[in-house]
Amino acid sequence: MSLLIRYAEQSRPSVRFFLDGQAVSALAGDTLLTAVLTVRERLRTTEFTGSPRAGFCMMGACQDCWVQVRRGDGPVQRLRACSTLLEADMSLSTTSAPPPVIAEEPKP
Amino acid sequence: MSQSPLPPVVIGAGPAGIRAAVTLARHGLSPILLDESPRPGGQIYRQPPAGPGQRSASELYGFEAAKATAIHQALAPYADRIDYRPDTLVWNVERGALDLLSNGRTATLAYHSLIFATGATDRVLPMPGWTMPGVFTLGGAQIALKAQGCGIGSTVVFLGTGPLLYLIAYQYAKAGATVAAVLDTSAFGLRIKHLPGLLALPKVLAKGLYYTAWLKAYGVPVYTGITPVRAEGNERVASVIWQDSAGRQQHTACDGLGIGYGLRPETQLADMAGCAFSFNPLDRAWLPDRDSAGRSSLAGVYLAGDGAGITGADAAEVGGERAALALLQDQGATIDPSRVAVLEKRMAAFVRFRTALLQAFPLPAARWAETVSDDLVLCRCEEITAGDLRATVRKDQPRDLNRLKALSRIGMGRCQGRMCGAAAAELLAHQHGCAVNDIARIRPQTPIKPIPIGVTPENTP
Amino acid sequence: MSRLIEADVAIVGGGIVGGSAALFLARAGKKVVLLERDRCGSRASGVNYGGVRRQGRAPQQLPLAQRSHALWGQLPDLIGEDGEYVRSGHLKLARSPQDMAVLEAYAAQVADYGLGLQLLSAHELRQMFPMIGDKAVGGSLCPEDGHANPRLVSPAFSRAATAAGATIIEGAPVSEVEQTSSGFRLRSVAQDLTVTAPVLLNCAGAWSGALAARLGETLPISAAHPLMAVTEPLPAFLPVSIGVEGGGVYGRQVTRGNFIFGGGRGIPHPVSGNAPVPDFARPERGALVNLLQQAAELFPDLAGATIIRSWSGVEAYTPDHEPIIGPSSTIPGLFHACGFSGAGFQTGPAVGAVLADLVMSGQSVTPIAAFSADRFR
Repeated sequence: MSLLIRYAEQSRPSVRFFLDGQAVSALAGDTLLTAVLTVRERLRTTEFTGSPRAGFCMMGACQDCWVQVRRGDGPVQRLRACSTLLEADMSLSTTSAPPPVIAEEPKP
Repeated sequence: MSQSPLPPVVIGAGPAGIRAAVTLARHGLSPILLDESPRPGGQIYRQPPAGPGQRSASELYGFEAAKATAIHQALAPYADRIDYRPDTLVWNVERGALDLLSNGRTATLAYHSLIFATGATDRVLPMPGWTMPGVFTLGGAQIALKAQGCGIGSTVVFLGTGPLLYLIAYQYAKAGATVAAVLDTSAFGLRIKHLPGLLALPKVLAKGLYYTAWLKAYGVPVYTGITPVRAEGNERVASVIWQDSAGRQQHTACDGLGIGYGLRPETQLADMAGCAFSFNPLDRAWLPDRDSAGRSSLAGVYLAGDGAGITGADAAEVGGERAALALLQDQGATIDPSRVAVLEKRMAAFVRFRTALLQAFPLPAARWAETVSDDLVLCRCEEITAGDLRATVRKDQPRDLNRLKALSRIGMGRCQGRMCGAAAAELLAHQHGCAVNDIARIRPQTPIKPIPIGVTPENTP
Repeated sequence: MSRLIEADVAIVGGGIVGGSAALFLARAGKKVVLLERDRCGSRASGVNYGGVRRQGRAPQQLPLAQRSHALWGQLPDLIGEDGEYVRSGHLKLARSPQDMAVLEAYAAQVADYGLGLQLLSAHELRQMFPMIGDKAVGGSLCPEDGHANPRLVSPAFSRAATAAGATIIEGAPVSEVEQTSSGFRLRSVAQDLTVTAPVLLNCAGAWSGALAARLGETLPISAAHPLMAVTEPLPAFLPVSIGVEGGGVYGRQVTRGNFIFGGGRGIPHPVSGNAPVPDFARPERGALVNLLQQAAELFPDLAGATIIRSWSGVEAYTPDHEPIIGPSSTIPGLFHACGFSGAGFQTGPAVGAVLADLVMSGQSVTPIAAFSADRFR
């Protein structure tokens, strides 16, 4: 289930990324927030009560959408999902666990 | 003219900042324009990321397409003169210099003259259920549609007050969403009462009336004078409970809810720079002092657009140009007095209009503070409840929001009170039975938005 | 309406020292009036790092620190709340063999004070605290040291004092102070208040030098501004409070997950103010960026985390960074407890108890001779 519904610009090219280790896809030009919320109903859980959150202001003010992101085998970064554009093969975590390093798939 | 050796700096590339930068460039200066977003336009004229499939301006901005396009294209003719730096967060102001974060690097930029055009975000009053997935700010709901082509749901409710409520409902309905209800806390009668002031800008009023009429024509239920009760759902919003103007409880099913009560300016940087502030009773907010040209209390520091007080996008363009002319004049340049007169006359009309608008769509602060229950989360970041606030008041009698913050953690989280500040102020004042201007304002702290520990310093003058 | 209060003891300053002194004196039956210029615990006592550490203190401070350690152990009974106090242990790291030698020498020097220090080799350090980067070559652990939330603890001392019968008056900067034939007379214009008392305790932090000067005594107090920052809440990664031999950076992770760390100095705020002691302080950019780098170096996994706030405060320093505690040698009835030089939070409760001893019996059971202001004459 998704939280956000696409109404426009659906012809943008598809981009693969990884959510909690699982390959999923979004569209070029998506923010991390859009990418996650068009395939899931939540972005993260809160630190103190574990309640689900999915961003709020979408313009970098509420700071409710920080997520852990890894590019390749690089270090884990914490990025604001509403103001970071998705890049292909990013690995994102919606839990407190760091996003896994995604192993290169052998070419068929 | 005796030009300052450092280029003027403009913070924010929305309508105010762009008009300011262009005005400076047109008068021969080479301003630096700093903006957090990747593309110019601010939140109001926010652009989707470039790429195939992008909608046209008229699809994106409707009636405002021409203005939006003009703003987007305004920098291009001055590309060699305006040092436009997108993706740049200003995270600190200190002793005549700014600290910038861009691409993981931090740099210090000294200034002699500075225009704050930092914009605004939604003002929110919390309601039970407001932290659930599927609940967004009104502005957030609009940004999703504008910048990402996404809606916050397929059956949506918009709740709060202000003209944005109607505009967004219209935009969502046009996009193909089912707008289950528009729920306005302001009574319809207030709009009639303040009609004379709203007539200060007949064209803007006409647009507002058009959206309202359109919603009615397309069968979108609009209710005024409502009281929000709660959002319900199992880990995502599924319905809104509200009271109609007759006091009857109503239930509206939805899978997306937008809430907002007008806008609140982003004043942290002006505050940190040391600008004097005064309480504005109409906005129920502390705003940086400025003269009619946008001069702050500090020499060389100017204010424009919604970041200095909410007057809207059209006024922001005027204010940006006016502040730039003031800067030029203060640096000894010759400016066109007739242009100044035109701008100030237009600004006066905006101010009359916005005054009426704020009276027609007031923040329902008193009713909210009287009814807020102890278990309501006020501070999303730290998950601090109204009960926590009240317990702190009983224990320590904080007479100031900063003391309340120190003891309760309200406003101490990542957003530094941007989302909970209005609510905390209203509730603290209510608990003390004092006016909301008697409890000071939350002091901004460096960095005004989170920055990574692993930043790389870069020494650029 | 103009008020006059005749008290047994007047205290100036509602920080942790003044609050603790008021608490112990009120419990002992004295009529106490405390004047606080702003809100109790709103200055250095309330905005400090929150370290509750004995390790690293000069040996002459250890009897005081041990007495305070016992008081911290009874915190809920003392002030009615736990103040987020935890005995997490305090680990002081060495970044070089030379620094490790300093830690070893210190452990030997304070062996008789009962701190229970454990010296850790690089290997042991890695085993016990794998989150610490390889900049550290060893360390010294004081298992019963810890940390607490100063924003909560310091105001709670004054509240407890109120509950015990002390009169605490906030928003009462002292406008005039003078010696009289029977002691002292203080006036706060802001509160239209006069207080008289035979005993005056100077617990005024960075403002204590100015208070003493108005009575004709010179104290070598200067104000400085330790710099602190805090991250967003992070998953638990650091079970112990960290210091580094030679200074530079210190850090602790609180139960809620935020990593609080400090090092370097801020600047007065507002910068343009020209009061001898500024009302507030704020971070300084160069020091802050340096602090971030130091933290990232010590804890490599923190590099991707974000800081959400930074701050500074107005703290009193002495030339030798040891406090001034004890009776004035020139003005009878006047006692000083100030100049804690960035390390007064842990000892604060005991300093209050010592002041109460001095007022009640004329002497302190805890040795404080080393802290006489006379050492600067």
